[in-house]
Formats: sequence, structure tokens, C-alpha cells
Amino acid sequence: MNWKTFLALLGRDAHVARRNILPVLVMNLIQPMMFVFVFGRIMTGSGLLPPSYKNMLLPGIMAITMVISGVQGVAMPLIAEFQFTKEIEDRLLSPIHISWIAVEKIVAGMLQALTAGLVVIPAGWLLIGTGLDLSGTQPLALVAVLLLVALMAAASGIVLGCLIGQTQIGMMFTLVLGPMIFFGCAYYPWSTLARFPTLQKAVLVNPMVYASEGFRAAMVPGIPHIGLPAVLAALGAFDIVLLWLGIRSFDRKAIG
Amino acid sequence: MSAGLRTEQLVKIYRSAPPMAAQTGFMFGQPRSKARSDKSKQVEVTALAGLSLEVHAGEILGLLGPNGAGKSTTVGILTTRIRPTSGQAIVGDFDVWREPVAAKRLFGVVPQRPNLDFALTAREILTFHGAYFGLPARESHVRAEELLERFHLGERGDQMVRGFSGGMMQRLSIARALMHDPAVLFLDEPTVGLDPQTRLVVWELIREYNRRGKTILLTTHNMEEADELCGRIAIIDHGKMIACDTPAALKASVPGGWLIRLRFSSATPALAERLRALEGVREVRSGGDTAVDVYADRGGALIPALVAAAANAGAEIHDVHLSEPSLENLFLLHTGKGLRE
Ligand SMILES: Nc1ncnc2c1ncn2[C@@H]1O[C@H](COP(=O)(O)OP(=O)(O)O)[C@@H](O)[C@H]1O
Ligand SMILES: [Mg+2]
Repeated sequence: MNWKTFLALLGRDAHVARRNILPVLVMNLIQPMMFVFVFGRIMTGSGLLPPSYKNMLLPGIMAITMVISGVQGVAMPLIAEFQFTKEIEDRLLSPIHISWIAVEKIVAGMLQALTAGLVVIPAGWLLIGTGLDLSGTQPLALVAVLLLVALMAAASGIVLGCLIGQTQIGMMFTLVLGPMIFFGCAYYPWSTLARFPTLQKAVLVNPMVYASEGFRAAMVPGIPHIGLPAVLAALGAFDIVLLWLGIRSFDRKAIG
Repeated sequence: MSAGLRTEQLVKIYRSAPPMAAQTGFMFGQPRSKARSDKSKQVEVTALAGLSLEVHAGEILGLLGPNGAGKSTTVGILTTRIRPTSGQAIVGDFDVWREPVAAKRLFGVVPQRPNLDFALTAREILTFHGAYFGLPARESHVRAEELLERFHLGERGDQMVRGFSGGMMQRLSIARALMHDPAVLFLDEPTVGLDPQTRLVVWELIREYNRRGKTILLTTHNMEEADELCGRIAIIDHGKMIACDTPAALKASVPGGWLIRLRFSSATPALAERLRALEGVREVRSGGDTAVDVYADRGGALIPALVAAAANAGAEIHDVHLSEPSLENLFLLHTGKGLRE
């Protein structure tokens, strides 16, 4: 392992991300924030939803924002760089093993996901106004969930970025990210699916579920959620599989 | 530091049709519809059929061959970008596919199509490349500045490269390959698409780099370029080596040196016999019903005799093409077709 090269590659991605940080943050945050405003403020303020919905919603929005940022932050540039211009070759030819380049991409994606996830807390606070209560937050659990979700998002980004071509980007959103988000228990706790037993079991294959429930367990433990140990174990398992799959797809895609 | 390189029995079989980008020029004739309709039977393209090649430390070797000969595939395998089907590729002391990281430290690559990082400015492309290779930041900046000046990119240094012309991208691509001062430099058709002036500049840079003891593998389908720059030339076609020697020795290996390509109303074996008997003629090859290639030790001086011989045999000459001793003649001798065909 060659740290100098690894850090230089990371430096390059950080440099490029810094250049685009505002548009990227706006792009990744605007949808979740509109959702926060409409459901967390208008609907609760008008009495259509109970005030406690605010506390249930914010952790789910964090999960969504992190997954979108991580997946997009890794997959979109990767898809562009693997195009016929082969922009990525410069990095493939740097003196480091190819798999480490995939790892570097994942680390860069994690940093983007974490930034976006942490921006959600103050932004949500501002938009939701009074009534948000995160006083039950367990810091250690929150850090663990943040890291595991960031890794899950970035590794998914590598997998999708290697599998998908430029022309299928729209499909990635409607067919992959869309269902992941809507069946990801972000807008409702998993326990509310009890009345739909088949669906409740089926959504367990969706890593988003553990991200949303994990943030609930760490930030608003008073709301019903899947137990923290189970969430951490599931996120860890998804991370290992996605990491392995991501590195493998990258290696295959990189060498003709 | 100097290092040579070699390949042993390199075979590459592509199992799918090339992506659009890999289809070089006009040569690629894989019928698309056939590949579609018959999915179970994959398209197989043998790009390299057992190529063994050696480039000595400190020399410029030219890999000369027509489009589709396997030049880029050879360079791709030697530079860790294309996995060989079988065979070995060695740069310096390292087997490229066993110790890719050590091998990558030794070489720089100028690919056939510029693969510049579009998210960076020209200067950043150079400095980040330096950083990937562990150059200290200060040294990286000094070298980048020098190279930008040398390649006449100084005032464009802080612009993104997306808007650069093909020639500018090519120059930047060469500059980038030189950033870490590699012992071995791969140049894949470095002057295609350059204007004649820039071409001369690039030639001079290549010579200069070689004078510092560096090893260079240059691919080209341009005979003058190979003749001009290279100490030795390896001629390949269909992924096989046809000949490998100094330009002078290669030219001298053509019987007589001169080539006179003739086209008749009809070319009979009797006519070929008559031509072979003429003074100065070394070899006669018929190609089809009407074409005859005559290899001889003289050119224009032989024409009257050829015309007379044809008249005696009752054949009418439709076309005469005379070419002086050249690598093209050698290529024709071995393959029956021209480099540009
Ligand atoms: N990625 C690819 N997939 C399938 N076939 C390819 C690919 N790249 C090159 N080929 C084929 O391999 C042969 C050799 O190509 P190449 O090495 O690019 O030749 P050259 O550089 O001498 O023009 C050609 O027939 C070409 O169409
Ligand atoms: Mg080529």
C-alpha cells in the first residue's frame, strides 16, 4: 500500500469536490429539505400530522440525504470517467494497486455523504421550527450509524457506477434509488408496516431501512425502531458485501 | 536509470466487438447485425497472435503496422491496461501482470486518444500526476511550469482542458507522461492529427528524451516517422511480427529494393516468366488475374524492357506504379498489401 499515492488521489477528488461543493450540496439537499418543510412544518403545523412526526421524520431524511449524496458523489463521476474519454486512466496508471483506487473512491464518497448528512441536522432544525426534540441522542451510536451508512452509500455508488452506462443514469434513479427511498422506512417507522406483513419482511432486503431505523435508534430512541444491535449488524453486513462487490466490479471494469 | 522491455508470445483475443472508441479509422469491418443475431456465438477478434518483441534499454523502437495490426493492444498490455489472453509482458525487471505497481513506476504512457482528466486545469493535470508518483509539491510545480512552457501551453495552463484542441491535448498528454521522468516511454501514434510543425516539435522532443538514455516504444502507421526516429523498427500485421531490424537493414532486405507494380489486361504465368528473365529483376509476384509486382534493383530504367516484354507476350499494360526502396515495399513483399490499404 502506497500512502503517498493514495493521499494524492484523495487530494484530487477533494479538490474537484471543493470546486463544486455548493451546487452539489444544493442538488442533493433541495428535495429532502422540501420534504422536511412540507411534512415537518406545513402538515404538522396544520394538524394533518401529529407534532411527533417531526422527530420521526428527521432521522429518515438524514438517511435519504446521505444515500443520495454518497451514491451520486461516487457513481456520477465514475460513469463519466469510464466513458470513451477514459479519464480515469491517469489514475489507473498511478503506482498503486487498482483496488486501492476503488477504496479511495469509497473514502471520498463517504466524506461527501457525511458532509451532506451533517448539514441536514441544522438545516432541518431551521425548517421544522419548534417541536424538534433530539435530546435523547446517543453520540456513540450516532457516530457508528453515520459511518456505516456513509460506507453503504459510497460502496453502492461504486457498484452502480461500474454497472451502469451513461445512458442508463435516469433509469438508476427511477428503478434503483426511487424504490430504495420510498420503501426505505424514511417517511414512516418500520414498525408501522406491521399491518402489511409481507411488505414488512420484503423491505428488509433494502439497506435504506437500516439506515433510517439506525438514525432513529441513535437520535430519537423514544420512537419505535428496530433494535440498535440488529441495525448495526445489518448495516455492517451490507457494508462488507457492497465493499467486496464494489472493489470487484471496479477491478473488472478498469482492465480491458 | 535505464530499463528495457519485452513481450513473450503475447496473445490477445477480444471476446466482444470493440467499443466505438476502439474502432480505429476505417479498418474495422465486423458485421454488427451478425453479432446481434447470433448471441450465443461470440465475436472473437485475435488482436495479437503470439507477439514476441524486445526493446533494448536506451533505444527507440518503432512498432509499425496498419490500423488494426495490434499496436495499441501491445502497448495496452505492457502498460497494465489490457489483460493478455496469454504470454508475458516485462518492463525493466518486472512482469507487468505480476508486479503492476513496480512496473507502473518505470513507465509513462501517451495513449492513442488523449485521456486527460477533464475535471482539472492543464497545470493541475501535471501537478496531480506528479503527486500520484510521489513528487514533492514544490518540485512538481517547477516541473509542470517547465513542461507547460516547453509545450507552448504556458498561457493556457490555468484553463480546464475540455476546450483544448486535439493538438493541445496531445501535447499536454506527452507533457504529463514526462512529469515523473520515466525510464520507459510509450507513445501510441503520438503525431496523428498534428500539424506538420507540431509534428516536428514532437519528433525533436522524442529524440531529446532518448538522448538522456531513456527507452522509447513508439507505434505508428507512418513509415517516414518510423524511418526518421527509430533505431530499430518492428513491423507487425494481424498481431504477428513480420520483420524487425534497423531501417536500413529492413530496406535492404527487399529483393533489389525497387518495386514496380503493374496491372495488365490479363497476367498469364507465361508473362510472369518473361518478366522474371529480364535483367535487374529479382522477384516477380502475381496478385490475381491482372496484377504483377516486380521487385528489381533499378526503377525507371527497367520500364522500356517491361513494356517490350509485355508487348511480346501480347498483354496490354493498364497501370504502372514505381516505388523506390522503402519500408512500404517491405510490407508489400510480406503481406501483399500496402500499409495504408
Ligand atoms: N476493446 C476491444 N474490444 C474488441 N476488439 C478490439 C478492442 N480493441 C481493439 N480491438 C480489435 O483488435 C484489433 C487490434 O486493434 P489495435 O490494437 O487497436 O490495433 P492498432 O492500434 O494497430 O490499430 C483490431 O481488429 C481491433 O478492432
Ligand atoms: Mg492503435
